[in-house]
Amino acid sequence: MTSPHEPCLALENVTVRYAGQSRPALRAASLVVEEGELVLVAGPTGAGKSTLLGTVNGTVPHFTGGHLSGRVTVCGLDTRTHKPRDLAALVGVVGQDPAAGFVTDTVEEELAYTLEQLALPAPVMRRRVEEVLDLLGIADLRRAPLADLSGGQQQRVAIGSVLTAGPRLVVLDEPTSALDPVGAEEVLATVSRLVHDLGLTVVLSEHRLERVIGMADRLVSVDGEGTVSWGRPGDVLATLPLAPPLVELGRWAGWSPLPLTIRDGRRAGVTLREALDDVAPGRNPVVGPTGSATTRSILLRGTGVQVRHGALTAVAGVDLALASGEVVALMGRNGSGKSSLLWALQGSGPRSGGAVEVTAGLTRATDPATLPPSSRRGVVGLVPQSAADLLYRESVGAECRQADRESGAPDGTCRGYLDRLAPGLPDDRHPRDLSEGQRLALVLSVQLTPAPAVLLLDEPTRGLDYAAKRALRVLLAALADDRRTVLVATHDVEFAAVAADRVVVLAEGRVVADGATAEVLCDSPAFAPQVAKVVAPHRLLTVEQVRRAMQAAVGRRP
Amino acid sequence: MRLAGSVLPRDLHPVGWWAWAIGMAVAASRTTNPLLLLLTVSVTGMVVVAKRGSSPWARAFRLYLALGSAVVLMRVVLHVLVGQKAGTIRLLALPGVHLPGITLLGPLYLEGLLAAAAEGLRLATLIVCIGAANALANPKRLLRTLPSALHEIGTAVVISVSVAPQLAESVLRVRRARALRGEQGGGLRTVGRIALPVLQDTLDRSLLLASAMDSRGYGRRAAQRPATRRLTAFLTLTGLLGAALGLYAVLDQTSTGIAGWPLLAAGLVLCALGLHVGGRGVHRTVYRPDAWAGPEWAVAGSGVAAGTLMVVLAAHQPTSISLPLEPLGWPALPWPGVLALAVGAAPALLAPPPPVARRGAAA
Repeated sequence: MTSPHEPCLALENVTVRYAGQSRPALRAASLVVEEGELVLVAGPTGAGKSTLLGTVNGTVPHFTGGHLSGRVTVCGLDTRTHKPRDLAALVGVVGQDPAAGFVTDTVEEELAYTLEQLALPAPVMRRRVEEVLDLLGIADLRRAPLADLSGGQQQRVAIGSVLTAGPRLVVLDEPTSALDPVGAEEVLATVSRLVHDLGLTVVLSEHRLERVIGMADRLVSVDGEGTVSWGRPGDVLATLPLAPPLVELGRWAGWSPLPLTIRDGRRAGVTLREALDDVAPGRNPVVGPTGSATTRSILLRGTGVQVRHGALTAVAGVDLALASGEVVALMGRNGSGKSSLLWALQGSGPRSGGAVEVTAGLTRATDPATLPPSSRRGVVGLVPQSAADLLYRESVGAECRQADRESGAPDGTCRGYLDRLAPGLPDDRHPRDLSEGQRLALVLSVQLTPAPAVLLLDEPTRGLDYAAKRALRVLLAALADDRRTVLVATHDVEFAAVAADRVVVLAEGRVVADGATAEVLCDSPAFAPQVAKVVAPHRLLTVEQVRRAMQAAVGRRP
Repeated sequence: MRLAGSVLPRDLHPVGWWAWAIGMAVAASRTTNPLLLLLTVSVTGMVVVAKRGSSPWARAFRLYLALGSAVVLMRVVLHVLVGQKAGTIRLLALPGVHLPGITLLGPLYLEGLLAAAAEGLRLATLIVCIGAANALANPKRLLRTLPSALHEIGTAVVISVSVAPQLAESVLRVRRARALRGEQGGGLRTVGRIALPVLQDTLDRSLLLASAMDSRGYGRRAAQRPATRRLTAFLTLTGLLGAALGLYAVLDQTSTGIAGWPLLAAGLVLCALGLHVGGRGVHRTVYRPDAWAGPEWAVAGSGVAAGTLMVVLAAHQPTSISLPLEPLGWPALPWPGVLALAVGAAPALLAPPPPVARRGAAA
């Protein structure tokens, strides 16, 4: 069976080709993962990260189809001859959306499911389920219905349900992409515990490298062509064009080795902080675009907005004004009422109390809910969380023409936005075949076509790589320059730090903080971006701000 | 019977609840006496309220009550519209429309109306009994008691059942999204625009689930020799054929002399053998299998006893358990019938209390 000399996972010259696609999803990938390593897989969206993870237990190609050449071995077992179900006891796989993989109703039954399939005797099952319940700290949830759990809890149950089988290797595909910062911390703490206390081997993919890079032993980079390179995180990061803000800061400051954790960054940044002390003795130069809303015209104003779903109060009286030319980030944990608020402000969702008024492009202040949907979207546009719901035509070109027609916009308007966001997207591509970022770009273009003065975005950064986030940020800034206003609900603090002028934090349906980005983000341990943590007590959020602060100093004292 | 241990909260074996509910349904099917029928509904309702858990299934009991009321109403309306009107006490002289073979409306008599209502009530009581079984025993747990050869089919059934609420949720979400593109109202054109994303969404989810189940070991089976597979197929097919022929012979009252019961029994035995042989290739175990102990015997027994008592009563005193129509009179309340239903109420005391679900209290 398994020999101790075998590496935990070995890919030898693996090429994966799906039917009907001209270029391979994975090109001659070779990789060795030793026992007890935490391996992080990074790369732009659609580059083949999921394909790489799928080859580990044979889901690619046994389940997905396609052609795999080369050899994949897990603890010495070849996936050519072993199907995913045969490897269930060796490899545990946790998907992006934990709820989509649940087979049973309650936590305890879900934890036991794999064991039942493996035909373990009942006493062993009971013992293992208890151990995993304790290990993950979910013992008091054992009888809870899976549907009632929060996102972080669901993800931990999903991890637990593969752990009970006692696997040697655990594969996690973007385990935190749907979670708020706190839920993500819970899950990553669990992963770290598995590696350090149990000595499990973990292969993990993640877009927001900044969260995991400090824990990783190896970094595997999959580029847009499907080529795989791997090595120590610091070495691989040095070659990547886009990297977490901390690494960018390290590159700009010329630190070597590049810092991967906040601790490394603070230790390397002593001289930087001293230099900043000289620049700004006042210690909090709020640098960056922080316009005051009073001098600008208010485009949308909600007063005492309430949303109730049955017995549950999602939004409990929120006052919010959006001024022209500002980008506002809406933050808060999962279930704090962000989506409900956006829908209520747009007017298509339910609102049980309070008032919403838009003034943009109208003769007098109007409640958007009273407008017919077709003219409502010309005033307030909303891109919902599952953006793909808006698409129903069979090609990108048809979708763009449809958008022009239904908005009464000149031909090519939608295509114009799309070319700015995602240049070179072929007209005949089916919307389902787009990557996450490309699909968001298409939906965003469709919603921008009637030129609404107010744009609301619900979690647009989910699943976006650094390049797509940068493109989104540039577009939002352009909209703000065009005297429009943008409200973005997001969990991504790094994105909020660079893209937003103002941050509003919701908790339990109420506004708990509303102020300039630097003020709100720097004060919070959970929400502070990496750069702010490194240069604290200076209130600088981004590498760009640090760079400008230092340049100003050079200008003053040549 | 060891009833001492029954005080600990636990789920009763689902087969126990179904046996009880079927017994109650048999009892209800024998009578048109509205007093006995209403008593049956009260008894099942009481047991459900006393012993149901906190699952979504349990909360659905009121839907069955509503469905029952609708059935009674429907039966009366149908009687007024197209029923055979007969009786002596005329309530309303509606004009009748005579069509070939059927009369619409027509004079309305109290006897006919009451008979229709009693018929409707009997049907409603049967529905409530089945609803009680669904509320008390999670259908998913019932499927877990299937023999292992049917395990994979059972899982597929469970998943297809859980697709329905997901589908409804997807439709709602896509409709809301459509409003964002400025569409309003219904019409056939919007059906296609909603159906496409919903179907894609459902397909995506099913594939995700199938992939997750595959990588968690679903469908592992030991390699079977072709001879074993052929034996399984032979046993199951022959058994099914025998059972079908036997059942036909038993139910067909005109045929005589054919040994219906032995044929049926032999067919069922062959089926069981086939399932056993086929199930040997499936290696799986059940986590916390539902126990069959004293309380299960008591619950199932009380339902069977109630049904049997009522069947016996119907054979000996058919008049006492039906609504007297000619002449119209107040229904009797025969004590054996009441006793039967009182026995049926026993699970409210004998069944163990359901376990309490502690919800996601920790953040």
